[in-house]
Amino acid sequence: MGRFIARRIVAGISLLFVITSAAYFLLYLSGGDVARNLLGPTATDAQVAAKATELGLDQPLLTRYWDWLSGALTGDFGNSWASRAPVTELLSGRVAVTLTIVVAAVIVSGIGAVILGSLASSRGGWVDRTIQVASLVGAAVPGFLIAMVLVLVVAINLGWFEPTGYINPSTSITGWLSTAVLPITALAVAGVAGVTQQVRGSMLDERRKDYVRTLECRGLSSRTITYQHVLRNASGPALNVLALMFVAMLGGAVVVEQVFSIPGLGKLTVTSTLSSDVPVIMGIVVVTVVLVVILNLLIDLLQAWLNPKVRLS
Amino acid sequence: MTAPIAPTPRAVTQQRASLLRSVLRQPLGAIALSVIALFVIVAIIGPWIVPGDAYTAHLDAILLPPGTDHILGTDPSGRDVLSRLIIATRSSMLGATIALVVAAAIGISTGLVAGYYRGWFESIFSYGASLFLALPSMVVLLAARSVIGPNLWWAMVIFGVIVSPAFYRLTFATVAGVRHELYVDAARTSGLSDVRIIGRHILSVVRAPVIIQAAGIAGVAIAIQAGLEFLGMGDAKLITWGGMLNDGFQAIYRQPWLLLWPTLALVLISVALTLVANTLRDVLERSSSARRSRSSEQAPAVYTIPVGSALSVRDLEVAYGNHKAERAVVVRNVSFDVAPGEVLGLVGESGSGKTQTAFAILDVLPGGGRITSGCVALAGKVTTQAQRAHERGRSVAYIPQEPMSNLDPSYTIGAQLTKPMRKCAKMTKTEANANALRLLTRVGIANPERVMSLYPHQVSGGMAQRVLIAGAIATEPDVLIADEPTTALDVTVQAEVLDLLRDLQAELGMAMVIVTHNFGVVADICDRVAVMQDGSIVETGDVESVFDRPQHPYTRELLGAILDDASVRTLPSSTTTNGVPS
Repeated sequence: MGRFIARRIVAGISLLFVITSAAYFLLYLSGGDVARNLLGPTATDAQVAAKATELGLDQPLLTRYWDWLSGALTGDFGNSWASRAPVTELLSGRVAVTLTIVVAAVIVSGIGAVILGSLASSRGGWVDRTIQVASLVGAAVPGFLIAMVLVLVVAINLGWFEPTGYINPSTSITGWLSTAVLPITALAVAGVAGVTQQVRGSMLDERRKDYVRTLECRGLSSRTITYQHVLRNASGPALNVLALMFVAMLGGAVVVEQVFSIPGLGKLTVTSTLSSDVPVIMGIVVVTVVLVVILNLLIDLLQAWLNPKVRLS
Repeated sequence: MTAPIAPTPRAVTQQRASLLRSVLRQPLGAIALSVIALFVIVAIIGPWIVPGDAYTAHLDAILLPPGTDHILGTDPSGRDVLSRLIIATRSSMLGATIALVVAAAIGISTGLVAGYYRGWFESIFSYGASLFLALPSMVVLLAARSVIGPNLWWAMVIFGVIVSPAFYRLTFATVAGVRHELYVDAARTSGLSDVRIIGRHILSVVRAPVIIQAAGIAGVAIAIQAGLEFLGMGDAKLITWGGMLNDGFQAIYRQPWLLLWPTLALVLISVALTLVANTLRDVLERSSSARRSRSSEQAPAVYTIPVGSALSVRDLEVAYGNHKAERAVVVRNVSFDVAPGEVLGLVGESGSGKTQTAFAILDVLPGGGRITSGCVALAGKVTTQAQRAHERGRSVAYIPQEPMSNLDPSYTIGAQLTKPMRKCAKMTKTEANANALRLLTRVGIANPERVMSLYPHQVSGGMAQRVLIAGAIATEPDVLIADEPTTALDVTVQAEVLDLLRDLQAELGMAMVIVTHNFGVVADICDRVAVMQDGSIVETGDVESVFDRPQHPYTRELLGAILDDASVRTLPSSTTTNGVPS
């Protein structure tokens, strides 16, 4: 078990290193004359040169990369080109906002998918068909469209929730709910739909296995077999899909945050993209990959807990 | 030199045509394909059919409601919404196509190479795939946009690269699966080059799953493209659905209907693409949700059951499939009685219906199978399906053929043994544990405490079968059904397990049905034997009389074949046990 975790951590760190290095070189190599872009066409050559020195752009790329990497290891990602504020400061508050919403959406997806998927696979008939069609449509419709429909219908027309803005859960739980329920729903629809299909499919596969028949013959009720045996063995592939959904939701959050005007990572991504603020974008890439690596590690641990073959090898 | 089973190009085209036809035969598939076709046509002829001005701002006609001049109204700049919707179709479809072509080209080619050659290719490409899968595509596209600027086509190329692992994984898994199939080996030994083998034999295998995946990816590409444009990250000069959504969102309080049309277009194409993929998958698999059907057993009154019989089967018929045309009868007119303490051997080749008979008695027929006539009586009384389900794990028990696959891999042996005792016999945890230890000792397991804490993959097949026997006798059943209980075991273990079964049967006075193809097992343990062929019993009688004077030609054939087989098998092994190498 210890070696299993160690291997996964090493794999995660290598992933983080390779992706961030690749991103660094791609972003800085293709960036053009950054100093001139920042100062605009009216700047003199001397001003541009001074700006370049100020940003450290006159150094060779490898030196800059080394500086960035050694800084990043201590949690220093440099300063934003646009606002001069430290990147870490810009990121810190926003990561929590986005992560709260995305993690809530992942949890909702997991729970919803287990309920719907096991219902569809064990009931059959019209229950199964309804859930299947709903999950197909839910997976097909882009999340930000759902977000806009929710803003229009639930927030503006019905007035049940706030159409825009965000309140921290530490400030007020009800306030948080009034601002977060709609974005979480918008993200979770695709999650529930996608994971439901997987849960349903692998539960049907699992149900055909020999041990299910033997457990039936030992007198266990079909409810016990479905929820304690079939579902547990089917949860491995479903967890993998849930992990992919987390990655997709981090991306989806960018657009959904824009719809609901939520001050999260997504909004920061959009503004720093528009201003070509490469240090901030690098910081966002690092944070995103770290989140994905941590989540994958958690999923691996959950898999090992569920599956003794993984745990004991 | 041609390979033996090379599909001819013509066969492949026919296959493809029939795939399309079978999708069109499904109503949903046909509708979805028509919707996609409509979008493609609009994308091509769009500029020639627009009813109004999609480009120029008319400040005197902003935000007009739908009317005769403007069928869908006008946007905040006074431009005709329907015309913009039509024009935007082209960029969406083109963008999706670019992403799809890039993703397929990268994913399929790397997947073919990695799956066919394995080794280093596999390590490198699989690592690359895991890199891309860890990245949210929207974040990558935005990061890329900060350096390459607002270019939709480049964004779609990059998106194609990011999603290429979907094609890679699919192709890799499929190719690695068929890599060592006989026909690929045959093609290789017949001297075909690797390139031609991949082209002719392997590409045809991955075609269908790739089409399904492609439909899904096209949908995601269209959605992500719209997302980018909605954020205002797209090319301002292009008319796009995402851009229209952005315009509409700005005017959400004044004219919310503006959001409806691009939303409708996006939802329609996304759902159509998903439905096509799903229909294709259904057509290719045709399995999914076959549910266990309710039986239509006849009214019980007509059957005479001998008093004191432990298990009686009368005129049993088992069939699969609901429609008359596809219905397959696998067991017909099967009748037999087993008295308490008696052992019946149900003998026949695979496919003779012996296991189906056993499953019917236990009411555990696989999906689609059901009893279509006849009845099963327990303890002299004709049972309903619900009654038999209730007796499972109480008065009726079952020992399966393949021990390893009949234990749940996720639970310890102790947990699997004690759970039914606690649920069905209402024992406490300590009682159940003590009972399980006693049973494991009884079936000849030396170290029961340790075995209780092990998982199925940690024990041998023989040990697992002993565990299953212990579970079966836990409730001291009156009837025990054993389906080929020794077939999957090593020869030495077979004899031990058979001895154990004989002892337990005598000790508990159980009626036992042993399903087997092995007359050796019959001779060893059975009192009576019923020989099955093609779903019916062809001969039944005492073991001795059937062995000495088989009446039916099929019985004689089976006995003859087994005797020949046995002599061939036992001769060399007996010489080696004597220490004399042959």
